[in-house]
Amino acid sequence: MKLKLKIWKQGDAHSRGSFVTYDLDGVAPEMSFIEMLTYLNETLIGKGEEPVTFEHDCHEGICGSCGMYINGYPHGPVKGLTTCLLSMRNFKDGETIVIEPWRAKPFPVIKDLMVDRNALDKIQQAGGFISVTTGAAPEANTIPVNKKNSDLAFDASVCIGCGACVAACKNASAMLFVSAKISQYALLPQGRPEGKERVRAMIAEMDRQGFGSCSNTGACEAQCPKQIKLFNIARLNREYYKAF
Amino acid sequence: MITLDSKIPEGPLEEKWTRYKANAKLVSPANKKKLDIIVVGTGISGAPAASALGEMGYNVKVFCYQDTPRRAHSVAAQGGINAAKNYKNDGDSVYHLFYDVIKGGDFRAREANVYRIAEVSNQIIDHFTAIGVPFAREYGGTLTTRSFGGVQVSRTFYSRGQTGQQVLLGAYSSLVRQIKEGTVTMYPRREMLDLVVVDGKARGIVVRNLITGEIERHSAHAVVLATGGYGTIYYLSTLAVNSNASAAWNAYKRGAAFANPSFVQIHPSSVPQMNEFQSKLTLMSESLRNDGRVWVPKTKGDSRPPNEIPEEDRDYYLERRYPAFGNLVPRDVASRAAKERCDAGYGVGPTGLAVNLDFRDAIKKQGQKAIEEKYGNLFDMYKDITGIDSYTEPMRIYPAGHYTMGGLWVNYDLMTTIPGLFAVGESNFSDHGANRLGASSLMQGAGDGYFILPYTISNYLASEIKTPRINTDTAEFQEAETRSAEKIKRLLSIRGKQTATTFHKKLGKIMWDHCGMTRNEKGLTEAIGLIRELREEFWKDLNVPGRADELNQELEKAGRVADFLELGELMMTDALNRRESCGAHFREESQTPDHEALRNDDEYAYVAVWEYNGDEPPVLHKEELKFEFVELKQRSYK
Repeated sequence: MKLKLKIWKQGDAHSRGSFVTYDLDGVAPEMSFIEMLTYLNETLIGKGEEPVTFEHDCHEGICGSCGMYINGYPHGPVKGLTTCLLSMRNFKDGETIVIEPWRAKPFPVIKDLMVDRNALDKIQQAGGFISVTTGAAPEANTIPVNKKNSDLAFDASVCIGCGACVAACKNASAMLFVSAKISQYALLPQGRPEGKERVRAMIAEMDRQGFGSCSNTGACEAQCPKQIKLFNIARLNREYYKAF
Repeated sequence: MITLDSKIPEGPLEEKWTRYKANAKLVSPANKKKLDIIVVGTGISGAPAASALGEMGYNVKVFCYQDTPRRAHSVAAQGGINAAKNYKNDGDSVYHLFYDVIKGGDFRAREANVYRIAEVSNQIIDHFTAIGVPFAREYGGTLTTRSFGGVQVSRTFYSRGQTGQQVLLGAYSSLVRQIKEGTVTMYPRREMLDLVVVDGKARGIVVRNLITGEIERHSAHAVVLATGGYGTIYYLSTLAVNSNASAAWNAYKRGAAFANPSFVQIHPSSVPQMNEFQSKLTLMSESLRNDGRVWVPKTKGDSRPPNEIPEEDRDYYLERRYPAFGNLVPRDVASRAAKERCDAGYGVGPTGLAVNLDFRDAIKKQGQKAIEEKYGNLFDMYKDITGIDSYTEPMRIYPAGHYTMGGLWVNYDLMTTIPGLFAVGESNFSDHGANRLGASSLMQGAGDGYFILPYTISNYLASEIKTPRINTDTAEFQEAETRSAEKIKRLLSIRGKQTATTFHKKLGKIMWDHCGMTRNEKGLTEAIGLIRELREEFWKDLNVPGRADELNQELEKAGRVADFLELGELMMTDALNRRESCGAHFREESQTPDHEALRNDDEYAYVAVWEYNGDEPPVLHKEELKFEFVELKQRSYK
């Protein structure tokens, strides 16, 4: 396959960026999107040009390192996939592909397609934990959990912290990310003792980090590579009202 | 010259750890505040270690190369985590778990360490449950388990096919809690380049800030390496592509001995390689072998689609060769059996280097919904990568480099041969012998970090309470910084023609061909020559663009490959030395008439411990393994 790649290049958070167009020949349909970009970089280095900076690590859709807009969609056009699992089978020979970093104020560009997502850690740090010290846990089966709730908690807990929900949102809201963590703990008896403090602290930190408000468009759910559901945001709102 | 003292406590097996704890020295809360500990790595041993030590009141500094600790590659562990809870009432016990790990490791692990990890296994499940890890449950609300390879009980706790993610995010949540408390300081996007040893003790590390390129000095009273394995030396492996050996390797060069470097687990089920551009072999969890049946056609070159091959033309070779364990034989056995069939010409798929993993019978019996519930995410991932729907036709799988049982040598305290340098999780060698059983890596990593290291490191630090904070403005730190800066300068100054990735691929092929699933004298000897030639070529023809004082991903890769090019030779040397087959180490010269691994306990019942010796060949030390509590047996899964 032959592709035309329009890629955003930017030196750092403070410099002006611009699109650079690369022609790339010899792309195989069974490559992943990340492998295609690695192949581009190998070609660029061979020609003495600067490679494109982007993040990737596990190549299994679970670490959350990768992420970029591909033709305007976070993680690309296929539902439920991270960039690293996106196969080039989904693109046509001769196609032009536009590739950009996450665009959100709380995610400053570090270089090219790499952004700083530390704001998500800060939110988790505000209250995304259950305060049990090592050694203090009771025997595991003394805490029975309704299977349905346990399964729902699991469905929420699969968030990989990639930031696609923020990137997809016109308000750069992190509500889906926060709701996933809040839901996981709200659905489990272990999470109840600190429930009120947690939801207040995490929402306050989300605001402090500069994420926007939720206006229920559902773009986050549509773009989440782990298909975390919008009803988690409804649960987050309920938890939040109950916390005052 | 190092001397090995494993420091195994006296007494009966089941009392050793209890006695150790009773005699271990303690550090008072007031003194803990004055002691600094560095933890490198935030996976399933590093994050638990850091959070547990922070909770105790030490000053902990944690480093990882990722942008956030939550991305460490333990996140990708799929199948589960073992514990001896006996919730299934199937006769499990701490002793059975201990015995299975010892036997699974083909009697090349230390009894006392293995018994201890089995002992703490139940506490790990209690802790993860208490901090909100959503393990799979029964309708009555209690935790459930599933079976895994190499054992005859059901003791594996799991969260669908992403247990690693769930326990790692649990450990991460405890870690961020301590960051908030101020006991732990997080240094993300840092790569450890060197270890600093002062007066014979580990006192700090030198790291590169991956954003600015700046080389930083960090000091502590003790250093903990939780830096994982070195499976990416094969280039294609199941590991994250940035996982690397550099921290452990440079600790080795500073004097920490390296144990059993050639013991590498080749996982039997990964998505087969499809083309030369491939960067990664994606793992398909071993748990799939609970319900999937492995087969190849009985006739060579049978090109019919798998679903059109009738039952009588299928060779379920694991069930045929190993009737007692069937598809649930340990990983090393399953990998070699797949290689044997493919080498004999029975492999499937476009390359012939694959076997079928078929869920047809399980779906017929249990229904598609039940299979979806257990493995949904794995089937989805397989389809994303290959385009094949495994609910309707078999998966194709092939072995891939996965886990390194070898690692830094540690004594019972988890301390390396450098006082004050500890190694936990996959980065040490201690518990899995020559082959690791499925779902034991999360157990060992979390056990080391949460429930073992906190005792043993305190025992060490009790004698450091009078040592003031370590100054980084000293000759030792300067020397380590200069050494690292010079290596970087050298990598950047070559300006040759080939990229780091090109060299990595070449090295990976040498390793896979000669130090993979099977090894022999001739191949290993040749391979050492090939690696030396490649290393020479690397330092002459490497091309790293850009500068040292900026974000430079090519420079990061080059530094890692430079270290792999040295480690590869040590792996070959170790494999050459061990003229027996054991676990994952299969020397073709040493096999039974029916092609199973043949151990030589008289000559090789030892841990091969290598000491760095500059430009001279490394020095071999032997830690004799004494089996007081189990009887050495030829492993049989038939």
